Amino acid sequence: MLNIIAQQIVNGLIIGSVYSLVALGYSMVYGVIKLLNFAHGDIYMTGAFVGLAVLTVISGAVGAGWTGIILAMIVSMMIVGLLGVVIERIAYQPMLNAPRLSILITALGVSLTLYNTVMVLTNGEFRAFKTDLGYEGISLHNIQISYTQIVIVLATAALMIGLHIFISRTMYGKAMRAIALDQDACRLMGINVNKIIALTFFIGSALAAAAGIMAGVYYGSIHFFMGFIIGLKAFTAAVIGGIGSIPGAMIGGLVLGLLEAAGTQLPFVGSGWKDVFAFAILILLLVFKPTGILGKTEIERM
Amino acid sequence: MAILEVKNLTLRFGGLTAVNNLSFNIEENSITSLIGPNGAGKTSVFNCLTGFYRANEGDILFLGKSIKKLKPFKITEMGMARTFQNLRLFKYMTVLENVMAGMHCRSGAGIVSSILRLPSQRQEERRIRETSEKCLDFVGILDKKDRIAKNLAYGDQRRVELARALATQPKLLLLDEPGAGLNHDEKMQLIALMQKIQEQLGITIVLIEHDMGLVMNVSEKIIVLNYGQKIAEGTAEQVQNDQRVIEAYLGKEEEEAV
Amino acid sequence: MVIKDLNTTIEKTSMDKRMVNWSDRIFEVFEDTKVKTGISTLLIVTSLALPYFASNYVLEILTNAYFYMILCLGLNIVVGFAGLLDLGYAAFFAVGAYTTGILSTRLGINFWLTIPFSILFSAIAGIIIGGPTLRLRSDYLAIVTLGFGEIIRIAARNLKITGGASGLVGIERPIFFGMKLYQNQHFYYIFLLLVFLAVFVSYRLHNSRLGRAWEYIREDEDAAEAMGIDRVKFKLYAYITGAIFAGIAGSFYAVKMTSISPETFQFTQSVNILAAVVLGGMGKIPGVIMGAFILVMFPEIFRSIGNMRMLVFGIILLIIMIFRPHGLWPEKNN
Repeated sequence: MLNIIAQQIVNGLIIGSVYSLVALGYSMVYGVIKLLNFAHGDIYMTGAFVGLAVLTVISGAVGAGWTGIILAMIVSMMIVGLLGVVIERIAYQPMLNAPRLSILITALGVSLTLYNTVMVLTNGEFRAFKTDLGYEGISLHNIQISYTQIVIVLATAALMIGLHIFISRTMYGKAMRAIALDQDACRLMGINVNKIIALTFFIGSALAAAAGIMAGVYYGSIHFFMGFIIGLKAFTAAVIGGIGSIPGAMIGGLVLGLLEAAGTQLPFVGSGWKDVFAFAILILLLVFKPTGILGKTEIERM
Repeated sequence: MAILEVKNLTLRFGGLTAVNNLSFNIEENSITSLIGPNGAGKTSVFNCLTGFYRANEGDILFLGKSIKKLKPFKITEMGMARTFQNLRLFKYMTVLENVMAGMHCRSGAGIVSSILRLPSQRQEERRIRETSEKCLDFVGILDKKDRIAKNLAYGDQRRVELARALATQPKLLLLDEPGAGLNHDEKMQLIALMQKIQEQLGITIVLIEHDMGLVMNVSEKIIVLNYGQKIAEGTAEQVQNDQRVIEAYLGKEEEEAV
Repeated sequence: MVIKDLNTTIEKTSMDKRMVNWSDRIFEVFEDTKVKTGISTLLIVTSLALPYFASNYVLEILTNAYFYMILCLGLNIVVGFAGLLDLGYAAFFAVGAYTTGILSTRLGINFWLTIPFSILFSAIAGIIIGGPTLRLRSDYLAIVTLGFGEIIRIAARNLKITGGASGLVGIERPIFFGMKLYQNQHFYYIFLLLVFLAVFVSYRLHNSRLGRAWEYIREDEDAAEAMGIDRVKFKLYAYITGAIFAGIAGSFYAVKMTSISPETFQFTQSVNILAAVVLGGMGKIPGVIMGAFILVMFPEIFRSIGNMRMLVFGIILLIIMIFRPHGLWPEKNN
């Protein structure tokens, strides 16, 4: 019994790491331009495919072991980060002053475009994410933890710490936080708002790409619709943590991962219902505590 | 009799106290001005009164009943109407449609009667239209009823907002800087209009205003706020001679000497 | 920096203007009331007479177009009139279809008697999902509706009563005054009649106290609330009305197809309906009808592009939102 619990905690932390990384992009973009970027899940999916493509190209030279994967990850984070910036420039920037509804529908358009582009390119088939990593790992009291799992958690932690330092210590990070508070004031203070927004999209998309590759490595195969459910769950994670809050997104992802792992153990929740479980959490949360764990309480406006 | 009683009202935004232990009464059928330097908390008071903000402490009695916990639409239904500091018209709708919004809480057709266009619904629609036109006539812009609101001159847009508030058939009317952006002639017309609302319709008016000429001219009572607190209350003359009011507006004399 | 922004804004508006001029000039002819009535009469007469000379293929496609018109008109009440983004609209359509499917296959209830239940259950679904979320920010609503749409589909897949992944088969055809309805012509007329009904209800609601309340809320929620409008209540009305449209459409869909399966109610279905509304012009009844028509005609005309269809759809959606956010149907001249 204890073993099952421990094993589920491990599983929950790993899937939670992926949720956290994707949730960060949601939260950062929401914080800066108050947009729910529906396309974010599809960016994650695109990241996985770009990663696989890069890995395939470079594996001839460096192999598909850790070196290859890390190199592929860095390269695809750059590529997908730039893709995020391009999307922001083409689709979102013209809409920033339009009604809320318009920009949400635009985001949906971006999502459809990405999703279907990948579907057409891959003929809608699953693709194996082949690596040279084995299944070796450590075993503690019957709890299996593979090295891949350990690396995923460590890499996530490293990316998050890096992001935290960037946001809290650098001028760009400060500008990002300032824009979240008052965009017009930032313009008047001479901050290049468009550049910071672009940077936000770059970082958010790059993190999603990293998450996509990690998921590819972890599950061993990827497909064009992998972004849809993750997008929803990462949004749930962002809301759990408090949307717009960066530490909130990190915590929210882990909490959701653990809750889900626990949920699959409940007798009445079969695997077919697993996704319903996450949505139920989301809806309950939005109704009872829409500000999440770390979200700022807004002035109570009736 | 007091139509509105504000008792120890306090509103905090995080660490900032926007309204601090504020109390005042508004007499029926009077015109009262709420003045104070920028950021004194005047609009926050309006937002508490109309239910847009929920006060942290204190109570608000309107027509003898506590409205502190009511939602804005309920308060409007009870007979309190407001205008906004930065015009909040329905910009892309016609002037008449804008004013008809005010009649919403004085009518009740639902889904079924609207689809079937029952006689009662048709009659109600006629009443909504006629009352709205009367309100537009009252503020003097009936001839512009079919224009799109955003295409009107600024002064006329202010009148539309006033007509829209009147269409809710209020007992108490809160005007947030009704004179802002108006020229001298328009301000004179505004004063006349406010007096007409008071005299002919028997509506009580509270206004926030920065133009002291307008305030002194029209108000029977003036309440002065600074840093969310009431620093003076009285007639124009009393307030003008109040040392604390002068300090709030001009700074302390010692400071100026330095 | 600020100036640069201003310039791009100016450029953008002038570009929008050009786009508007280009197509509005074509549509200007239709502004004339006589031309309008003439065209509407012609359309109605043609659609009524069509079964006497059109092929079965044409009837089938048009029936499908009518079906989407009903759904689009329903979603238009939510998105176009009240300005609420609903990404799970297919869920309500599913509720209607499954209500009729379950009641007629499991309990043998007459089709016509299942319709009130469809209305009831889709309205309840609307209240369950809208009630708690309509007080939240509009973008939260979008994602909750998306999640809800998925929940309904997953539930349909996993429950016994809905027939699981294979769905329900053998739904009885309805009998109308002793006549069994099964031919293409029959359903053509039924769906045409439903479209007329949906258009009628849409217009009536739009030009009523409710329609105005929705418009006030869409334009400025705070000002609407200050005017004494209970925004949560009226949003819920829009939501429920939209749900009922889809519920009724779902019931008729079930008897026309005689079988239903969860895969019909996927996210892409909701997206298709929304895309058609946006394409035609949110809030504009003739525009929405046109949008639904294009939605159905598009794959018929461009059969060759196969699975590129949705891609093209996504791109069209983007282009519309960026260059002509009010949709293809022209704005009223004022």
